[in-house]
Amino acid sequence: MRLLKALGEWLDFRLKLGEGIRDAATHPIPKSSASWWYVFGSAALTVFGIQVVTGILLAIVYVPTAAQAWSSLQVLNHDPTLGWFLRAMHGWASNFMVALVLIHMLQVFLFGAYKFPRELTWIIGVFLLLMTLGMAFTGQVLRFDQDAYWGIGIGASITGRVPVIGGALVHLLLGGPIIGGDTLSRFFALHVFIIPGLLIGLVSLHLLMVLKLGINEWPMPGRIVRRETYLKEYEQLTHEGVPFVPDAIWKDLVFGASIVAAIAVCAAVLGPFGPGGQPDPTIIQAAPRPDFFFLWLFSLLSLLPPQMETPVLLLMPPVAILILLLVPVLSGEGEKHWKKRPVAVLTVLVAAVALGSFTHLARSTPWSPAMSAWSGAPVPISELKGRSALERRGALVFQAKQCRNCHALGGAGGMRGPALDEVALRLTSDQLIRQVLQGGGNMPAYGKNLSPAETTALVSYLETLKPEGRPPAHDASQP
Amino acid sequence: MSETQQPTRRTMLTRLGILLNAGIGAVLAVPVVSYILSPLRGKNGKPYNQWVRLGPLEQFPEGETRLATFRNPVVRPWDGQTADIPCWVRRIEGEQFQVFAINCAHLGCPVRWFAASGLFMCPCHGGVYYADGSRASGPPERGLFEYEHKVEDGQLAILAGQLPTLAAENRTARRKTCDC
Repeated sequence: MRLLKALGEWLDFRLKLGEGIRDAATHPIPKSSASWWYVFGSAALTVFGIQVVTGILLAIVYVPTAAQAWSSLQVLNHDPTLGWFLRAMHGWASNFMVALVLIHMLQVFLFGAYKFPRELTWIIGVFLLLMTLGMAFTGQVLRFDQDAYWGIGIGASITGRVPVIGGALVHLLLGGPIIGGDTLSRFFALHVFIIPGLLIGLVSLHLLMVLKLGINEWPMPGRIVRRETYLKEYEQLTHEGVPFVPDAIWKDLVFGASIVAAIAVCAAVLGPFGPGGQPDPTIIQAAPRPDFFFLWLFSLLSLLPPQMETPVLLLMPPVAILILLLVPVLSGEGEKHWKKRPVAVLTVLVAAVALGSFTHLARSTPWSPAMSAWSGAPVPISELKGRSALERRGALVFQAKQCRNCHALGGAGGMRGPALDEVALRLTSDQLIRQVLQGGGNMPAYGKNLSPAETTALVSYLETLKPEGRPPAHDASQP
Repeated sequence: MSETQQPTRRTMLTRLGILLNAGIGAVLAVPVVSYILSPLRGKNGKPYNQWVRLGPLEQFPEGETRLATFRNPVVRPWDGQTADIPCWVRRIEGEQFQVFAINCAHLGCPVRWFAASGLFMCPCHGGVYYADGSRASGPPERGLFEYEHKVEDGQLAILAGQLPTLAAENRTARRKTCDC
């Protein structure tokens, strides 16, 4: 013990770090800030540490070439001892990190912690959020499977919509004319060197500013932030405060450890993410889906009217980022407590409900045709009973012409178009014929691909699709 | 150093040193920037779009639409299977062809051909196209991307080499309207 102390003194005499660390550790914080609400930032940092360590371990085996990345992921999953567990940790920690960064931001926003003098801390935080999302997206690309391949294709298609320089940007994004080896190499450089390097630099700055400016005090309704008086008031609070170590840090330690444990349990029980199918573009039986945190975008891209899409795609991200950056500039003073900030609370609620609904929709993808429903989901027997030969022939046409890919019957089939279980209540025979032949309202016209006999059979079948005992639709202009 | 003081020899030399570093930095920026921008120039001095053969005409029966694949004309040795690019070949009759990119004009997902209904459907956001590639419904703003093609030595060849996007200077990717 004495030897250890001597060694410590020998080192510190030369390093001169001890005093700074002691000061940082014991710096006084407001009593109210030693709270369970102030643990998310440190937990996000802990998870980032896990990402650095597991990331380096994965890089020892991973091969960042288009030809071999997928196989090297299979090797990682199956060969090195507990390689699957480390991959799983990296994948789950990524989800936890995005979640923690978002929760941290939400807490900081609702507690008014971005106000004077901590505006720049918030602005750097916005860039940290963007980098965290950037890591999540580039990480999904490095899991080089079918979803990753077509996911980059979607990224390139969005980039290609930029006016004038779109084509050049696509080539820079892909590193060449197609998604291939050069594409993966640049995403590897982004995910492993560029973004982490920036993250480490900015996180250090972010932390330094928390130390220098002091942690935000617990907001009180009516306690107004003013530039002239705030620093003095804060000094008073820290004067009556407690040292960060040990009064506050134990909560960070307990929460951080619980998060790490939760990640390890998720990794051990649920295992690593993929990889999915091989990144072979000739396997076209693919229905690419983004990872969880980008599902809302997937919904948005399906639901926007076509002509709105390019402006929204190109303007929404910079506008959203600009708004986030301007938050502390626009409201750098005033009330911190959420009870006195109805607009702030409402904004959070609207954003949460919007993102939540979009994410939820993207899990059932009602806008995607069910590509195999025409051959995989038979017409329910109840919808065939008592039908004439012509009507049954119509049911066959209904199935063979892929109508089921967009229209459900008996709860099975696509949801792109309306379910047809009760279509005869809505449309008359003439309206059915017109809709089938001419299309419209998001339905393609089938005029060229149906013979008159097929059309007659199909429509006579559709006319039987209604609950028993209810009258069919009729044209009010006819007697 | 306050502003009223005359610059000493040392401050002058420091400024000279900074200037020297800035100059060298500017010179070194040339290779860095041109290296980063090199994907704009094509690869190995060749243009991205080149004529590629899809196979003998007999592979494509008249009146049908078939999936064909080709090796991208510009490849890296480590591109692996990502350089095998699929496309849809529609032989209308005789030597009349249409060759469509696999990528949906909306966001690039792979469209699938359904012969019975004569439609291309996209699994991502539900874009649908008619047999001639024109837009039928869904979020795409235009028809499928089309490759320029020709018949040489009994083989079908297309001018290909780039991922088709709305921006790609794919002269062949012309706007299609429904001719129905």
